[in-house]
Amino acid sequence: MDNAYDGLTDAGEEKHWAFGTGFTAALAGVGRDIPAVDRDSLTAYCLMLGDDALVYSQRLAEWCSRAPELEEDVALANIALDLLGQARLLLSRAAEVEDAGRDEDALAYLRDERQFRNVRLVELDCGPGPGGDFGTTIARLLVFSTWRLAVFQRLVSSADPVLAAVAAKGVKELAYHRDHAAQWVLRLAGGTEYSRERIVAGLDKVWAFTEELFATHPIEAELDGVAVDPAAARAEFDQVIDTVLSAASLERPQTTQVAALAGQAGRDGIHTEAMGYLLAELQHIARSMPGAVW
Amino acid sequence: MLTLADLGVLRDVREDDGRVTVTITPTYSGCPAMDEMRADLVDQLTAAGYADVEVRTVLHPAWTTDWISEDGLRKLADHGIAPPQRIGPRAVGPVPLNLEPPSRRVPCPRCGSARTTELSRFGSTACKALRRCEDCREPFEQIKEL
Repeated sequence: MDNAYDGLTDAGEEKHWAFGTGFTAALAGVGRDIPAVDRDSLTAYCLMLGDDALVYSQRLAEWCSRAPELEEDVALANIALDLLGQARLLLSRAAEVEDAGRDEDALAYLRDERQFRNVRLVELDCGPGPGGDFGTTIARLLVFSTWRLAVFQRLVSSADPVLAAVAAKGVKELAYHRDHAAQWVLRLAGGTEYSRERIVAGLDKVWAFTEELFATHPIEAELDGVAVDPAAARAEFDQVIDTVLSAASLERPQTTQVAALAGQAGRDGIHTEAMGYLLAELQHIARSMPGAVW
Repeated sequence: MLTLADLGVLRDVREDDGRVTVTITPTYSGCPAMDEMRADLVDQLTAAGYADVEVRTVLHPAWTTDWISEDGLRKLADHGIAPPQRIGPRAVGPVPLNLEPPSRRVPCPRCGSARTTELSRFGSTACKALRRCEDCREPFEQIKEL
């Protein structure tokens, strides 16, 4: 088409501007045998990895138009989009393995807080509003992407062909996210006294949720060969974080870890108070106008 | 015209008893253009007389910028977008941490100057970075190596 704007005026044709007009299933046409494991467990595992990406992409998208510079608006939104893409694939896979008539939209919009299996790190309110700031946001991006990259590198050899393929693709994306965060940590730590204070405070805050990232969940233990035991990613995570902190002349935070509740945490649906507000915003339109398209 | 085949997004086309099966692969997990590509493929094939068209998506093996054809690289440059370098297969083991801005020289696709700087690792889409030429002062986009 000669004029890009012509496409926008084809209101009657759904194939243009497909968003919100009925997504094509994210896994359309992907080859997808299901390994011989317990289906409920595999569904739960796909939700764990998918919910991490979905909830965190929602948090990152909040920064769009609010970041300290235009380039960073674009960067955080791009990272959010990569994670949303991973979330769509993983939730679609969860829906397919579950085989109970739900699709990725139902899983994203129609589950309640206790049914979300994301780690608590991703739901924290790190800004741009009064709940946080850019330093905390960068600190979380470093911790999250370093951890997820280490997990995904191992997930590449999963016996589930879809998880393996999602991981192989995700590894490349996450490497960009991690390097971006790491370079910002250096910039903030080596900037002014104030910027250094903010990244130190940010790292202190998010560090309280790191133990949870490496706690082996019973479902991960059960799905041997399919799931990754996050404890196995610990050494690599530590090494990368120490390299960044050392280049930034920062100490590793000593923050007290936020404990699990009677042994349960994000992976079991036990979340922080930030989660309900996040879901309210994420799910509001879909729930108040069921089946709406635009 | 830069085509899906040039970009390495088109993986396979088969015709079997009048039924056409096209296989494509996403560049990034969240690439928002996938639905548009599927719709365009169906449109073009329908217009060419194929009534029965299926577009399949494969995730594996994961797309790499190395699949962009030589023609594709040239066409990107012609359109003012700096093409990616060839990166070859990824080394086994942990992805090395990169704390420095990219060291490679990216020549300006408009004036050819080698003096360009990165403005942002993330451009208007996930697959592009934003750079600026220090000589002609024009900003330009670069397809990131993936």
